[in-house]
Amino acid sequence: MTSLSKKVFVSLAGLFLITFLLLHLSINLFILPITPNHEETFRQAVHFMTTSPLIKVMEVVLFAAFIIHIFFAVTLQIENWIARPRGYKVWQKSRTDSPFSKLAIYTGIFVLIFLIIHFMNFYFVKQGWVSPPEGAYEVADKHDFYNMALNLFNNPVYCVLYIVLIIVLGFHLHHAFQAGFQSLGLNHPIYTPIIKILGWIYSILVPLGFISIPLYFLIS
Amino acid sequence: MNFTLKIWRQENSKAKGRFKTYKIENISPDCSFLEMLDILNEKLIHDKIELPVDPVAFDHDCREGICGMCSLYINGHPHGPEQGTTVCQVHMRKFQDGDTIVIEPWRAKAFPIIKDLMVDRSAFDKIIQEGGYISASTGGVPDANSILVSKEYADMAMDAAACIGCGACVAACKNASAMLFVAAKVSQFALLPQGHPEAKRRVQAMVSKMDELGFGSCTNTYACEAECPKNISVEHIARMNREFLKSKLTHAEKKRIGGFG
Ligand code: FES
Repeated sequence: MTSLSKKVFVSLAGLFLITFLLLHLSINLFILPITPNHEETFRQAVHFMTTSPLIKVMEVVLFAAFIIHIFFAVTLQIENWIARPRGYKVWQKSRTDSPFSKLAIYTGIFVLIFLIIHFMNFYFVKQGWVSPPEGAYEVADKHDFYNMALNLFNNPVYCVLYIVLIIVLGFHLHHAFQAGFQSLGLNHPIYTPIIKILGWIYSILVPLGFISIPLYFLIS
Repeated sequence: MNFTLKIWRQENSKAKGRFKTYKIENISPDCSFLEMLDILNEKLIHDKIELPVDPVAFDHDCREGICGMCSLYINGHPHGPEQGTTVCQVHMRKFQDGDTIVIEPWRAKAFPIIKDLMVDRSAFDKIIQEGGYISASTGGVPDANSILVSKEYADMAMDAAACIGCGACVAACKNASAMLFVAAKVSQFALLPQGHPEAKRRVQAMVSKMDELGFGSCTNTYACEAECPKNISVEHIARMNREFLKSKLTHAEKKRIGGFG
């Protein structure tokens, strides 16, 4: 398969994951007391996400997206390392060089670590592979994500780790947004600058949204 | 002006290679970078500073910024510190008196070093052979407006065709990717009617060849655009990605026996 085809797969899967993340955030925000019965809303959303057959199908798509994205990105990266066996003695930053893109593979590795932690805390529990945790908040069953989240966020160490990893995710997303469109061949004198701005907004607001949750628990 | 030069010396493609330091004095600020190296080589040959006598090998030809032969990686930038300029067009006044200047060859697996600062860029020729041409007979110079091409498209094709194939994009890219070069070549044909008959075959063939020769892929850092002496834009890369996707979805090469492809 040519490098360009691999890049198309990386970007399609990546853009799908970007969309999914928005949905994930919108549910997560209900952990915070943003509405009077936020807890109820959160539980309903989780119930829907864990039982609806439509979501079951989407879950497969989601896992496929993760695997395609990671597999092709890593293969490309290895090929890229091989393409320059010996580096330069002096290397200067170029005018347009994007540090976010340069670091994408490394920020990606941190995001993967975060994903694994996240799976251990929630998805594996839901699947019954890991038993529900014990803590200050009694976890009713393996679908009780609300109390599981509270238990985690009551641990300041977890909160700090969460915040740091979400910031790294923000770096990854910053690269992802515009690069995803470029790899699909979508570059336009008017839309590309807009996409770049949207990329900035997305990669700042979405991580901020996620961070607001542990921050709330750290402060209160 | 006086300079300290740290130059990559490597006897042949197999040898290990290392940096050697040379001091050079009394260089006129109006001297070009390559002339400065000529002066160094004259000294190496004439004054026999070191034995055996071995002048520094570097590529050059037109020395007026149009052939793409000169290819030095100077102080961390392909073609030196100036924007939109080949190294043959860089003058020593762009440096400070007493500067240390590090000169390296292009570094990429697909561009093996021949000697010192000279690299073998025939990989680019091989990519061109895969599809960087048209088969339509275009005859002599056509009358004005006999082939209808809008000004806008003619300009874009011309911008792409400004590529001199020097390889600075490969040298600058952290992945040693040739995407900007290949994109410029694909673009210049994709934008003009004469290039259309082979458009679908061309993009797939050139991209596969690029991969096969061991160039990296694009991770959208755009260092290539910043370092290109002809200011080729990365929008050509997007155009190539687009052409490639279109071609992949609508075109499959028929297997030829004993033919090209
Ligand atoms: S020597 Fe021809 S472009 Fe520099």
